[in-house]
Amino acid sequence: MSDRDTIEDLATAHGLSPDEMERIRRLLGRDPNLTELGIFSAMWNEHCSYKSSKKWLRTLPTEGPQVICGPGENAGVVDIGDGPDGRRLAVVFKMESHNHPSYIEPYQGAATGVGGILRDVFTMGARPVAAMNALSFGAPGHPRTPGLLAGVVAGVGGYGNCFGVPTVGGELRFDPAYNGNCLVNAFAAGIARADGIFYSAASGVGMPVVYLGAKTGRDGVGGATMASAEFDDTIEEKRPTVQVGDPFTEKRLMEACLELMATGAVISIQDMGAAGLTCSAVEMGDKGNLGIRLDLERVPVREANMTAYEMMLSESQERMLMVLRPEKEAEAKAVFDKWDLDFAIVGETIPEDRFLICMNGEVAADLPLKALSGEAPEYDRPWVEPPAPAPLGNIPEVDAAEALLTLMGSPNHCSRHWVYEQYDTSVGADTMRRPGSDAGIVRVHGTDKALAFTADVTPRYCKANPERGGAQAVAEAYRNLIATGARPLAVTDNLNFGNPEKPEIMGQFVGCIKGIGAACEALDMPVVSGNVSLYNETDGSAILPTPTIGAVGLLAHLSDAIGTRPQDGDALVRIGPQGGHLGASAFAHEVLGDRGGDAPAVDLTAERAAGELVLAARDAGLLRAAHDVADGGLAVAAAEMALAGGVGVTLDVSGLGALYGEDQGRYLLATSEPQALLDLATAHGVPAAVVGRFGGDAVTLAGTAVKLAELAAAHRGGLDAITSGPELASAAAHA
Amino acid sequence: MKTAVIVFPGSNCDRDMAVALEQATGRKPQMVWHKDAALPQGLDLVAIPGGFSFGDYLRCGAIAAQAPVMRAVVAFANRGGHVLGVCNGFQVLIEAGLLPGALMRNAGLTFVCRDVTLEVATADSVFTSAYARGQALTVPVAHHDGNYVADAALLERLRGEDRIAFTYRDNPNGSTADIAGVLSGNRRVLGMMPHPERAVDPVLGGTDGTALFDSIAAAARIGA
Repeated sequence: MSDRDTIEDLATAHGLSPDEMERIRRLLGRDPNLTELGIFSAMWNEHCSYKSSKKWLRTLPTEGPQVICGPGENAGVVDIGDGPDGRRLAVVFKMESHNHPSYIEPYQGAATGVGGILRDVFTMGARPVAAMNALSFGAPGHPRTPGLLAGVVAGVGGYGNCFGVPTVGGELRFDPAYNGNCLVNAFAAGIARADGIFYSAASGVGMPVVYLGAKTGRDGVGGATMASAEFDDTIEEKRPTVQVGDPFTEKRLMEACLELMATGAVISIQDMGAAGLTCSAVEMGDKGNLGIRLDLERVPVREANMTAYEMMLSESQERMLMVLRPEKEAEAKAVFDKWDLDFAIVGETIPEDRFLICMNGEVAADLPLKALSGEAPEYDRPWVEPPAPAPLGNIPEVDAAEALLTLMGSPNHCSRHWVYEQYDTSVGADTMRRPGSDAGIVRVHGTDKALAFTADVTPRYCKANPERGGAQAVAEAYRNLIATGARPLAVTDNLNFGNPEKPEIMGQFVGCIKGIGAACEALDMPVVSGNVSLYNETDGSAILPTPTIGAVGLLAHLSDAIGTRPQDGDALVRIGPQGGHLGASAFAHEVLGDRGGDAPAVDLTAERAAGELVLAARDAGLLRAAHDVADGGLAVAAAEMALAGGVGVTLDVSGLGALYGEDQGRYLLATSEPQALLDLATAHGVPAAVVGRFGGDAVTLAGTAVKLAELAAAHRGGLDAITSGPELASAAAHA
Repeated sequence: MKTAVIVFPGSNCDRDMAVALEQATGRKPQMVWHKDAALPQGLDLVAIPGGFSFGDYLRCGAIAAQAPVMRAVVAFANRGGHVLGVCNGFQVLIEAGLLPGALMRNAGLTFVCRDVTLEVATADSVFTSAYARGQALTVPVAHHDGNYVADAALLERLRGEDRIAFTYRDNPNGSTADIAGVLSGNRRVLGMMPHPERAVDPVLGGTDGTALFDSIAAAARIGA
């Protein structure tokens, strides 16, 4: 280890730059040993340290009267008012990526992504009540797409279904930009008592540090470092760094943790996610201004002869670290025994700023603890404004009804039932609205309240114009919540980008953050948690910028929910501008094959006004159904409403721009009282117009028509070409 | 009426079942832990809920069927007690030998969660007496291993003894003869894959499962 060349090579192999290695030497006044190097690499990689993104994340609005805990803990916490016993309740939620592992091993990568985010939620003391996932894959025809799709969906379902959380929403898209890097963003939300939230900060010197859950193995060693690297043709060699999930153990771990928390034994708790024992122990010590000593021979292991290095970097799943009150040890042990979970006292808190790792009485690592997180490098990466998008070409005359069939039968805009029917969407018996509409709705058990959940982003907008794209992602999430009748509360952001060391990629990141920040501010949806996934590139080719927004809204009463099914004779009313913006639209992409044009502008003031109008119309009892206008504009939104209601619709709108334009800030509403609705809109100063009527058995637009049955078949079968091949059977059999 | 819900590690529809039973009977069921060797005294019904008992490792329901509490459940059933098993509970009842046949992986190989249309195949049981034979119900399924397999002899016996409780109109899993639920020989044990306990609340989109729990409560009141 004393050989300079050797340690430089080791540092490089751990993803540490020469500058970062020098920084470590300065901090220690010596060379680190291998275990110490591993610990630094785990703490200082992009995934754990946010070293490229921190500067910009700080600019996001994170506060509001509803926020109980913003970013920095395992998940964000937001007040949702009184519970059944008059005590305040909170929703705890976060979204996190598991992109790299899912590309290497789709079933386990996706499964452990779900497991990780559920752990983040119940670590805070909340029982998970809803899950979502946002998935991006390569081109439908790319040879890896069917296997990745089938494996990821089976993995998400395999974990969440067994754990027992309903999956109530999500996203699915296909684009060649994800050919070499799929995205798997997993969201989870739970309910806790507002005065019963648990945090990670340790307190008290000499307190026992307790390990709970599954045994430690060699799986995932170096996972966080892998997740911070680009892929190349050695990718198959990275398979051993993917963890293996055990949802049954996680379910027991959750029940045991919640029971243990109720006994008052838990001082602090942190789940072992990326970089396992290292990250969780440092987090607890750092937040509590304490040192931590660990004795690794006490860690429950399932493989023989593990080294200190392997134990500190293992990403074995379903593990927790806690600091417990010593006088409650017997009660704690009874809970762990009830659930047949391994636990062990593996260390203690110490007064000095020190991360001391011993194994069989020998010092394996001896580091200043604060420096591991506090002194992590932070970069102000150079960035450039991304180039303006190519202009949209001339719009040829195409048959409006045929275009509708093409769009609604395309893999990007067809029914997602093949995906969500593999998820248990109603376990818990509180799901009021399953996936397939604007947002999922889950009742808060035992109350008259409900929560609405949605995940949104339009990466083609973010590519064309990052700032507009970032704002649009938040605006669409806002609209989806409003359209269900919920008042938007807060968001979690899952920021997926390419290599931040490239100024144009960093420019995408900066632009998206600016847009997200402005929209969250204007729409009163603070960012309370999030995750950044960079280096989503293969052989130098980056994904589309994909800042997924997971958003939560509150329905104060169950009866506040707005329906989804228009009836024969209802008028169709457009809220918001008439529109005609076809740049970067679904119509241009899918029907014309034209990827040009700027993203639509996002008027946040108008967005807010339109949202308030919809809620006011709901309160006035004017709405039968509401739907957000997004991909495919008025035509697709109206057709989706027609399919939901099983009734045809005639759109009195002409011109491809008016039909398929994707101008923002718009809703379609079904009502039996159009004049009252228009009057209300006038009073709110929001443009509105009757644009059609429900009835018949066809969608009629611009003088052409398509039968509802034909449209339904195309919509329902849009994924058939991807999901019916042999790849699917093998992935499903693996489940 | 006194009911109990068995809780295994990995059960995840235990609360849902308890809510449905309380709604129908007016009394909270007792939650019985799998390590308990005895059931509470004086029970009218034992319910085995859905979920993934013991992770569904080895084979769905196989490990749960060996739990201490299951010896007591089998004895309770053999004394003529009423037992309802839903989804994983159905799998456990088959593994415990209280119901015939087998539940294999879905024919389509994937997990299936959606509303299905069931047909009530017999109204002659304490579980189905509030329904009419032939009545169509909308109830969700959510399972990976719900493909009920019966050989020709078993199928003939089930049909001959009127022990098929529910059938699917649009078979989601490949089950023999579209079977969704079966009764024991004494008609006091019902196993079914669909989830009636998820269809007892109008707010959640349907109440077609309510009559099943009402049937049980009514039977207890008249001492069936």
